[in-house]
Amino acid sequence: MALLEVDSIDVFYGDFQAIYGMSLSVDEGETLAVIGANGAGKSTLLKTIAGLNSPRSGDVRFDGTSIATLPPHKRVPLGIALTPEGRRMFPSMTIEENLLVGAHKARPGPWNLESVYATFPLISDRRSRLANNASGGEQQAAAIGRALMCNPRLLLLDEVSLGLAPVVVQQIYASLPTITAQGTTVLVVEQDVMHALRVADRVQCLLEGRTVLEGTPSELTRDQIASAYFGI
Amino acid sequence: MQWANAVVQGLLLGGLYALLAAGLSLMFGVMRLVNLAHGALAIVGAYLGYVLVQKTGLPPFATIIVVIPLMAAIGWLLQSTLLNTALNKQALAPILVTFGLAVILQNVMLQLFTADYRSIQVGDLAGASIQITPDIAIGVFPLMTFVVGVIVIAALQQYLARTKTGRAMRATSDDREAATLMGIDNKRIYALATAIALAIVGIAGVFIGIKTQFNAYSGDTYLIFAFEAVIIGGLGSLWGTLAGGMILGVATTVGAQLLPSSGTLLADLVFLAILVFLPTGLFPKVVNG
Repeated sequence: MALLEVDSIDVFYGDFQAIYGMSLSVDEGETLAVIGANGAGKSTLLKTIAGLNSPRSGDVRFDGTSIATLPPHKRVPLGIALTPEGRRMFPSMTIEENLLVGAHKARPGPWNLESVYATFPLISDRRSRLANNASGGEQQAAAIGRALMCNPRLLLLDEVSLGLAPVVVQQIYASLPTITAQGTTVLVVEQDVMHALRVADRVQCLLEGRTVLEGTPSELTRDQIASAYFGI
Repeated sequence: MQWANAVVQGLLLGGLYALLAAGLSLMFGVMRLVNLAHGALAIVGAYLGYVLVQKTGLPPFATIIVVIPLMAAIGWLLQSTLLNTALNKQALAPILVTFGLAVILQNVMLQLFTADYRSIQVGDLAGASIQITPDIAIGVFPLMTFVVGVIVIAALQQYLARTKTGRAMRATSDDREAATLMGIDNKRIYALATAIALAIVGIAGVFIGIKTQFNAYSGDTYLIFAFEAVIIGGLGSLWGTLAGGMILGVATTVGAQLLPSSGTLLADLVFLAILVFLPTGLFPKVVNG
């Protein structure tokens, strides 16, 4: 059974419609990459799943139960964790304190300070640095670690590569197999298509709030993706 | 030597100001809420202490043990009903709501206790003092106020730094939306912050009631002092609030030495000078999120 089902949702910001009747489903243990250009509705989709936006119509089901009206803080104990766009670290707190806050409503599971530091060597010797003074890559690694601290069943990653040096993006993506090996379901949103294709079991491409292409990385051609991505 | 004495007395007075200001500082720090009812709530604490002494015969300082949970409960209720709603409206709403609350509280207290000045009697302790040098005597009660002020600020600081809920409070202060993504219920955190703030201002209220006479309208002056202490110290910094309280205290007593008729004038001038030359206060929070 699908762990996450998004069922023809419409999402608005005021009068502006960001998502048009979008549906998707992610199976337990699967990694789905949602790709698309700026403004395609990717971040809105993740925010709707995490509970920061609510759909005007349609439903979001997690493990078979509708969560569409649940506030975000009640979705965390169910096992939904979002690493938001722009990382959103708590700037006045240290890296380690940020991770501890991530464990505020922790479920039992493999993730704790030790295993997060082991997975992200980038931050293991930056524990007592203020998040505000950490580099972009350190912040991104810490933001993913912070989301893992609650031992999520579904990890939502928004624009991991944004604003980071390619070598740092490599390092962070290198940790993804360790996360999925724990059985964690991952929904990753990316503008960087190559990275998304490399880690994903399945890809869904959005354009202006609608799904325009879906498939496994191996069955989709470069041209198909390019034309879906740019809408040409 | 009388100047040294004024400074010592001022530092001790700073403990009371810090106690008054700590809750204001916490509420502003955690939810950017400017609580204009803070002074009136201090007087609510003073009347609670007064009534407990009158009706139950509790020793004055023992009333604090009852006042703390009562004020905390009022704070929790106030935040989860009125203030959380106000915070969801536009920026001016919380200011208007807390201003209105102050007016209501003052009038209710006026109805209940008339405009007569009251005070909480502690007997000999009020005048007891320790002679340090021939010219400097430290009052036992001001010293107690100071010690309690320092302990409360230190305890609150440790709570925010070391406990899980304290961390959740700081996270909410840094980024409310990101905190909800960690499973933190910000309404609960806000209710808790206000409960703590009112518990502390309740302690301050009892000390005010012992130190001096008060009536329903006495809160206004204390609100100003509390604001000045918070701003001198730097918004969001608790140790800064303590330092701000002590600076304000010294300015008040030294000012009274200079101009016996208008003691608080110098304190207000010091406050204005800080506002002009160090607008972020003495110990601004290092990080601006």
